[in-house]
This record gives sequence, C-alpha cells and structure tokens, in this order.
Amino acid sequence: MQDKNDFFRAVRESKDFDKAIEMIPYANFLGVRFSERKDGSLLFRMPFDEKNVGNTALPALHGGVIAGFMENAAVISLMWAMDSTSTPKIIDFNVDYTLSGRAQETYARCDIVKLGRRIANVQVTAYQDDPNKAIAVARSHFKLVRD
Amino acid sequence: MSEKRERTYLIDNPEFTGLMMEGFFGNIPHSKQLGLEMVSAERNKAVLRIPFAEHLVGDPTSGIIHGGVILSLMDSVGGMATFCALPKMEAIATLDLRVDYLKPAMAGQGIEAAAECYKLTNSVVFIRGVAYQTGIDDPIASCVATFMRASSNKIQGVVK
Repeated sequence: MQDKNDFFRAVRESKDFDKAIEMIPYANFLGVRFSERKDGSLLFRMPFDEKNVGNTALPALHGGVIAGFMENAAVISLMWAMDSTSTPKIIDFNVDYTLSGRAQETYARCDIVKLGRRIANVQVTAYQDDPNKAIAVARSHFKLVRD
Repeated sequence: MSEKRERTYLIDNPEFTGLMMEGFFGNIPHSKQLGLEMVSAERNKAVLRIPFAEHLVGDPTSGIIHGGVILSLMDSVGGMATFCALPKMEAIATLDLRVDYLKPAMAGQGIEAAAECYKLTNSVVFIRGVAYQTGIDDPIASCVATFMRASSNKIQGVVK
C-alpha cells in the first residue's frame, strides 16, 4: 500500500485529483471534483446532477447537498494543506444560505483561517456563476489528526 | 387572564403525513437518494431516519456515514418540523443551519434525527434538533436552524 504521506504528493504531481475523491464515497456520490489553481489554492466544483435536487418546483439544489459539498471541500482543503490522508474530525459546521442553489454547476473555495496543532478553522464560500455572489457561506472547526 | 386562542396547524389535516411523504419527500430527488424515511410527525415535532447505505460513507476504512449526510438529515428534519408548526402550506427556505458533531457515528448503521420548532414568528421559524443511533438520550449530533417562511410563490402545492 502507498505511504499515506505520499498520497497527496502523488495526486499533486499526477494532477489526478479524482483519485482523492474516490477515497470518499459520499463525495464521489455528490459528484465533487477539484483542481489546483495557479496560485496553489483549490477550486472545488460539483456539476449539476438531477439526484442532488431538493426542490423540483424552483428547481433548486438540496440545502444538505450544498452543505455536504462545502464540508467535503473543507476536509479536502485541510488534508491537502497538511499533506495527510488522515481525515480531520469535524467538530461543528455552521452554514448560512444566501441564495437558492440553481440547477447548474456549483463551485466552492476554502480559506483556512487557522491551522493549529490540534484545531483548524475553515471558511467556505459556495457560488455558481459569479464568484462574488455567494449562494452559501460556512465556517467549520475540525480536530486534526496528525500523522 | 384571557385564554390563549387555539391556532390552526397544517399537520392537523389528516392527509398531512401521506401527502408529505408522497408529494414532498417522494418528489425530492436527493431525499430519495438518501433513503429518507418518516418516523413520526406531530405538532411542532418531526422524526426522520436515513438507513445505512454504502454510498453515504465518508471514510471506507471506518465505514461511518459522512458528516455531510447528517447535514442533509438535519436540514430535512428541520424542514419537516417547520411544516409541523406552520398553520398552512407555504414554501420555506433554510436560512442557516449549525450542526455540532458530539461523537463519531457507529459504522454500518443508519441515523435518526428528531427536531422541534421552539418558536414560530411571522417570517422566521426557529428549530432545534438532535441526531442519534442508539437512542435520543445518546446523541451523535445536535443542531439549531432557522427557516424563512413564504420564501417563494411557487408552493409545492401538495397540502392546501
């Protein structure tokens, strides 16, 4: 088996980001994808999928899907930042919904506000067409598992 | 002291539960994917559950359901408790949701969640709830949420 610490290094080099998603069945199920931007930050995306709809009348994405997508983004961002495959343990997740998520691709960017020895604080912004028009913002605490 | 006037509850409609399951959850694609089931509903309160399924796992080495699934469950049970508190059918939208993860969920097991409306105002519904596996006294997560009332003109139109 591949050394745990080498996993993200290998993903980073090969740019085979889907490999990281495959480790998380629920992220794979939601259709979460991510890539590294030029500045080294990660951009997460979740293509529209009929099964993620929460309101067929509008139609709109399920609020739980948006939050689940954002939680996955936060977890992967932390693992990426720490070069670790040990999953950080979520302590709390606080999400504010600012717009309804329309039936289209959704993006998320993460800001690791604090990466402490034991605790991390991550802010996540989810948006669709316009990066400046958030559909949801979240902040979350994680307990870190150091390799 | 004047007696408090009894108000109407949407849930007092005898067709509520059936219509909710058929017309509401039955029509929500993601709720179907989660396998969401109604356990009980009464005035101001609702209990829902998600049975264990492989695609809901967060970490295959542990076999524990992903924290994001608990977010979906809490959002759903909070929405359901909101309908259980409303006087009549109207569209609602989650304003915010906070989940505290109290302890790890047990592997290979489904999760149940109970929520109640503790305050209903003209525009906002205040909800709190817990998620558990063995019993409500041993919660794995707790939640507070607010829902906005009359959030859209497009009412789902299942319960009049």
